[in-house]
Amino acid sequence: MVALSINQRGALLSALILIVGLLFWEAAIPEQQLASEMTEYERLMGGGAPRAAIPPPSDILAKAWEELSNPFYDAGPNDKGIGIQIGYSIYRVLSGYFLAALVAIPLGFLIGMSPVAYRALNPFIQVLRPISPLAWMPLALFVIRDSEASAIFVIFICSIWPMLLNTAFGVAAVRQDWVNVARTHELGPFRTAFQVILPAAAPTIVTGMRISIGIAWLVIVAAEMLVGGTGIGYYVWNEWNNLDLTSVIFSILMIGVVGMLLDTAFGALQRLVAYAE
Amino acid sequence: MTKPFLSVERLTQTYPDGSGGTTTVFENASFGIERGEFVCILGHSGCGKSTIMNILAGLASPTSGAVTMDGAEVSGPSLDRGVVFQNYSLLPWLSALKNVSFGVAARHRDWSKAQVEEHSRKFLAMVGLEGDTVLRKPSQLSGGMRQRVSIARAFANQPKLLLLDEPFGALDALTRGTIQEELLKVWSKTEQTVFMITHDIDEAILLADRILLMTNGPYARVAESVQITIPRPRNRTEIVEHPNYYAIRNHLVQFLGQRSKALSGQPSGGATQSPETVVIDKTKPAEDPEPEALLRAVND
Repeated sequence: MVALSINQRGALLSALILIVGLLFWEAAIPEQQLASEMTEYERLMGGGAPRAAIPPPSDILAKAWEELSNPFYDAGPNDKGIGIQIGYSIYRVLSGYFLAALVAIPLGFLIGMSPVAYRALNPFIQVLRPISPLAWMPLALFVIRDSEASAIFVIFICSIWPMLLNTAFGVAAVRQDWVNVARTHELGPFRTAFQVILPAAAPTIVTGMRISIGIAWLVIVAAEMLVGGTGIGYYVWNEWNNLDLTSVIFSILMIGVVGMLLDTAFGALQRLVAYAE
Repeated sequence: MTKPFLSVERLTQTYPDGSGGTTTVFENASFGIERGEFVCILGHSGCGKSTIMNILAGLASPTSGAVTMDGAEVSGPSLDRGVVFQNYSLLPWLSALKNVSFGVAARHRDWSKAQVEEHSRKFLAMVGLEGDTVLRKPSQLSGGMRQRVSIARAFANQPKLLLLDEPFGALDALTRGTIQEELLKVWSKTEQTVFMITHDIDEAILLADRILLMTNGPYARVAESVQITIPRPRNRTEIVEHPNYYAIRNHLVQFLGQRSKALSGQPSGGATQSPETVVIDKTKPAEDPEPEALLRAVND
């Protein structure tokens, strides 16, 4: 027998767990009796009406094939392809996220460099940080008066904290030796920031960005359930209202896949800025 | 008397001692260094050598006193004073070459990239780093190689004064020997003024023109300035044969072993604390005008 590497053995075991799991799931779903096979009494008792049940994986695979083979169709506000829905969600997540990065990273630099700024801003951060991002939604809707922008605001407010705190921490923890190297080479504040402090703190900053994107993707689903209209969160809730559990399960899987891809992208970025001492 | 190239005048450093008073590390310390000189400073830990180094580098400021270099007062760090730190202080995300060229580019803002790289490679080659080795990150280099990069970075900037803070402290004895000789080679080519902290007596004798001896703290001072009367070029196997070697070495050991302690803890009482110049020369023939002056002390 050919010896398999750890990776190969792991992949094989993963596939096995998947297949066994799906088979159990498939077998656990009770068959619906056909109305023609029922006694008249059963039919009169409503047994013939379709019973809502968890769909078997085969139905979900069929649904996935159907949706993914035409992801960008648009048949009116209530019926859009999964690609369009996910696209809206990603657009909202990325806009809110990059606005947050634009604020959090420079502010984090300031807090990390200046102990006074840290002490001045820390109480606000500590109070604002534990607030559930969705708690901002009513206020955002009232002030901004636009559901789209409110969803982006909610993403902004939830992704700002990990980036802000990690940037501040990373910048404050830059080794004094490296700062001294910058000083003895007469680097100005901007050169010091970009040539020494930013690369030194980059691994910590990117870790914060990775945590933030994860949280943003968690929050967008809930936010879109509230604001409605478009997006993967809205899609899940809409299919629940349609009692289309096949689509609900399919979209749950899609949320997981997209989340994983976002995390993988930031994982790659993390490896790019990492350095060994 | 004209001012030396680097002049340290009445330097005093005090720290709060934690119980309301102050601890004086050194008081009214004064000494000078001439252009092109290689000066080592020897003393026990805690006597304030590193503090003096940081003040010369401009990274710290003294409680009182002044440092002037080339006629201008030292305030804040400058490219005119290059520093080699004990822990190398290379930027770990840059290759060896980039670590050097980053400094060169800071020094020569108007140079082209090619010029900066050529200049950096030249100085890396002087310490024996060539080819693909210079493209490695510090984490992929041995301790000795890292310190070579750090030395190349400092020399490549051609500062007016080079400060070395126990540059070989973290290296094993064999590597240390090789790099000391490389340092001597680079130094003789560049005629750099060097001020170096060390704990190693043999290292100091091998490298220095003059050794400053510090007494222990508190109230440490630079008590003696010992001339190294061994001709250059020196190399570590030959200098031990020189008649002056053990005479100088014994003097230094004796100072660090006993007198550094005996002379400590004496407030200066406001007097400027200049070192006594000590010349030990056993090569002088007997018909020397002062035949008995094997150990001659001159106050200046």
